[in-house]
Amino acid sequence: MGRMKKIFRDYWLIVLTGLVIGAAAVALTALGNPKNMGFCIACFLRDGAGALGLHSAAVVQYVRPEIIGLVLGSMIIAMIKREWRPMGGSSPMTRFILGVIVMVGALIFLGCPLRMVIRIGGGDLNALVGLAGFVVGILIGVLPLKKGFTLKRAYRQSRVEGLIFPIILVIMCLAWLIKPDLFNSSTEGPGSMRANYFIALGIAIIVGALCQRSRLCMAGGVRDAVMFKDFRLISGFIAIIVAVLLGNLIVSGGVAFGFAEQPIAHSDGLFNFLGMVMVGWGSVLLGGCPLRQLILAGEGNSDSAITVAGFVTGAAISHNFGLASSGTGIGAGPVVAAVIVGVVALGLISIFNIAKGEQ
Amino acid sequence: MIDARGYACPLPVLMVQREVKRTEAESLTVLVDNHAAVQNVTRFANSRGYKVKVTEQGEDFLLELTKE
Repeated sequence: MGRMKKIFRDYWLIVLTGLVIGAAAVALTALGNPKNMGFCIACFLRDGAGALGLHSAAVVQYVRPEIIGLVLGSMIIAMIKREWRPMGGSSPMTRFILGVIVMVGALIFLGCPLRMVIRIGGGDLNALVGLAGFVVGILIGVLPLKKGFTLKRAYRQSRVEGLIFPIILVIMCLAWLIKPDLFNSSTEGPGSMRANYFIALGIAIIVGALCQRSRLCMAGGVRDAVMFKDFRLISGFIAIIVAVLLGNLIVSGGVAFGFAEQPIAHSDGLFNFLGMVMVGWGSVLLGGCPLRQLILAGEGNSDSAITVAGFVTGAAISHNFGLASSGTGIGAGPVVAAVIVGVVALGLISIFNIAKGEQ
Repeated sequence: MIDARGYACPLPVLMVQREVKRTEAESLTVLVDNHAAVQNVTRFANSRGYKVKVTEQGEDFLLELTKE
């Protein structure tokens, strides 16, 4: 096979997925989602936690259809392609805690790795500081991997185990549509900025299916480039930035590069950096970024579903204890202590899961 | 034979990388249980000059790597 043909075969789907996500993110913002937040797994799970009353930050409460769509899109295409497979049992409690830590870090930065690249494409230079932290976190996480870090293997589970998570999401989706006043719902702030429910759901189903096929992962991109000189996943990451940049140029006629007054972002460089160190490090230990965890949960992986439960718990902790940042800066709670506890926990989890006999 | 079934990304590739580095084997068999791992191991093996033959074994996949 020719070299070009081989490159095309390896890269076309992941690049297409990145371009579609970028375009979808710009479209969802144009349709009503918050600025530079067409997609954000951390933010949208946080909104869901708020809708369920797990935290009481009134400006971030909504049952986001994007989350449901991503999981369903992944599940449907995985079933069609015979890749749907209930698996679980790989250190669920450790994964849960890693999920909590990743979410606390993401809400200090104000976004998951996906929103980070969307913010970069929107001209928000604070996200470049976040990217630096993210890369550093991944590089730290790669060290234990090279030394033999493992959360142990997963095993085949029952169909029920693999279906519980998507079923919960579908029930939440239906409950929202039938009786929205069951939930807390923002009337102002980011949680009140919403693209049309069904359009957002449809777009997310398509994106979820593409992500399942291409295995797109923000953390995996940097990790594979560093560990294996494999640039497939990172090309999706770059494609998102390109599509968002172009999309913003087309939709708003320009992109304002800068640090100050970026939408739903703050300019505390140190904490933008540290928050994303936690996200990068935790994501590598988990084997994937928050987006990838949702996609895997759709494929029937209950370890990833548990991780998402950790994300939701982390969101509740972040807002209940004043750890989450806002447009005005970092939270009023013990943010420094949270970063220290998070980093120490990541260090201990990294060290104590290195299997003996490996090197 | 490397049994990488049940291991999350990127461990199957990492296990193969370790084995290749350690033994520089002419041939190697790897057992995995999901399509992502099949693709990742195959891509890695190709990049290191191995040809890969994939056979389905029930719900698992057997990958036979041989040096080209």
